[in-house]
Amino acid sequence: MTNKKDGTKIIKVDTLARVEGEGGLYIKVKDNAVQEVRLKIFEPPRFFEAFLRDRDFREVPDITARICGICPVAYQMSSVHAMEDALGVKVEGPLRDLRRLLYCGEWIESHVLHIFMLHAPDFLGYEDAIKMAKDHGEIVERGLKLKKAGNDLMIKIGGREIHPINVRVGGFYKVFKKQQLNDLVEQFKWARDAALETVRWTAKLPFQEFEQDYEFVALRHPDEYPFNEGRLVSSKGLDIDISQFDQHFEEEHVEHSNALHSVLKERGAYFVGPMARFNLNFDQLSPIAKEAAKQAGLPGICKNPFKSIIIRSVEVLYACDEALRILENYEMPDPPFIEIEPKAGTGFACTEAPRGILYHRYTIDDAGKVLDAQIVPPTSQNQKTIENDLWHFVAKYLDLSDEKLTWQCEQAIRNYDPCISCATHFLKLEMDRE
Amino acid sequence: MTKIEKPKLAVWKFASCDGCQLSLLDCEDELLSVAGEIEIAHFPEATRQVIKGPYDLSLVEGSITTPEDAKRIQEVRRVSKTLITIGACATAGGVQALRNFKDVKEFVSIVYANPAYIDTLNHSTPIAEHVAVDFELRGCPINKMQLLEVISAFLANRKPNTPAHSTCIECKRRGTVCVMVAGGTPCLGPVTHAGCGAICPSYQRGCYGCFGPMETPNTLSMSEGWKTSGASEDEIARVFRTFNAWAEPFRKESETHDK
Repeated sequence: MTNKKDGTKIIKVDTLARVEGEGGLYIKVKDNAVQEVRLKIFEPPRFFEAFLRDRDFREVPDITARICGICPVAYQMSSVHAMEDALGVKVEGPLRDLRRLLYCGEWIESHVLHIFMLHAPDFLGYEDAIKMAKDHGEIVERGLKLKKAGNDLMIKIGGREIHPINVRVGGFYKVFKKQQLNDLVEQFKWARDAALETVRWTAKLPFQEFEQDYEFVALRHPDEYPFNEGRLVSSKGLDIDISQFDQHFEEEHVEHSNALHSVLKERGAYFVGPMARFNLNFDQLSPIAKEAAKQAGLPGICKNPFKSIIIRSVEVLYACDEALRILENYEMPDPPFIEIEPKAGTGFACTEAPRGILYHRYTIDDAGKVLDAQIVPPTSQNQKTIENDLWHFVAKYLDLSDEKLTWQCEQAIRNYDPCISCATHFLKLEMDRE
Repeated sequence: MTKIEKPKLAVWKFASCDGCQLSLLDCEDELLSVAGEIEIAHFPEATRQVIKGPYDLSLVEGSITTPEDAKRIQEVRRVSKTLITIGACATAGGVQALRNFKDVKEFVSIVYANPAYIDTLNHSTPIAEHVAVDFELRGCPINKMQLLEVISAFLANRKPNTPAHSTCIECKRRGTVCVMVAGGTPCLGPVTHAGCGAICPSYQRGCYGCFGPMETPNTLSMSEGWKTSGASEDEIARVFRTFNAWAEPFRKESETHDK
């Protein structure tokens, strides 16, 4: 942070730490008023939507997985559902359950990574989880073991934890006999207990007072906490089918920042991710997750993004509980996938990535070749809300020391668990190095 | 007695998905022990702390796709005693090297509303095309056990044990029935570098080459095999053009079939 003689204060973080991908922060304050906030993304673009063109529809889930090493399953799930929508196929029953089980694994590994390794050190004043482990060894070790449970589920069902290989349009390449999943049942009984402890532990962290009037957007399904299906709803009355996405949302090309910000056409910035899901689907959580949230002081609504760490823990608890439910009721799907013949069409899908809704749209031709692809990742959708938070947060906490304010601004960004690698196929901000 | 300083580790990111550096954090059982042997001096994904270079070991993820990154990799090389690339992006240009076969201007206009703002190179290139690289670890993503082997080998001052033979050998060791011979499923295993442990065939699908070409691969014969299984020219071109498309043997083979 620099303080100039004319009363201008610049908060600058060249490289944001403990986020996925490369970004920076630039805030300008003059005469105790915030003048400029820029979340800077200097991750280079990779052009996924362009090189998906002319690929066969069956290749798409393996390619889109490579957008993100932390949430590849989300990309695979959004792409297979969008393709199945285009091809008029519906995957149901045990295959649908197996997809849900795989997604539980991703939520667990991704959320637990964020809770213990990226976010918690901020609350306790450590620069990273390894330093935190010196004073809180047992907690970090429990976190690592819980993360491993999520990864072990990904390895079993997906073949490996990063860029799983078992997902295909129509189902899976290989499915499992019930007894092949027995080890996971025992592991997840432990994991559910560890997740409950994690909710209790995060609830005791010190939180900044900070609430805003957000519009939360998430999937909503009549029978379950959302992963792969549902309508898109918001806390301000939006309720649409996924195929209506482009009519209600748009990507703004902001000139000063060179970035595309996703906005609701009618109302602007919105908020996606665990807090949005929780606020819009609290009633669909399982009893143990609901009870834990209440005990943690969150009886169904939360507007303080610093408390997202508690909500991620509640979602980990839910995902462990849901994984156990699916494992215990598991029936081997037969056959492992639905045979699909290509035909021309356009398909839409939105699934709940760990960081929020991930929208895919594809148009394919008669031979199953991709003619057009559109992908809107969660971080692009939260970017405007993150910047808005920083405007309000800095204005409220200007009396903090320079060092503390900079660190807390970083924490305010980490509240969203931003995944800049995901965002880069559409994001490029100018580099403003002073 | 003087205290022996731990070697300093730096992790750098260029164009990539973050998955390969995440592999280090995915070593749940080993991470704290690794941190006991080596000082994590620069690893933005994991820590706010930045300890100044030079660094004893630099792990580099991602490919070079912008003019700034072409400069930055030179700086990284200067501050690194040993530089090891991790993953298909850093080692072969990655999936983003698919632009190398097309007109990048057209690509920019497909994704961005205002193409004039985008500053990008025509090609996505591996790190070794820019600076000297001490060792290349393959895979999209890398295998985390191989990453631990590479770090251990560095600490012990020996060569990493990462065989360059084909995925086929790993498949045989694993005892998987050949999907190509027995099932007629096209598979890139015979020309693909070992390292993953032959996961795909054990999940009843053909290898799709995410570890890139093995040493001296017979890609011509591989393509003939695919043709026998009924693959079209276009399909063969695409199968070599995924995550290691710019690796020379795969690139050349795909160009033979791209008409």
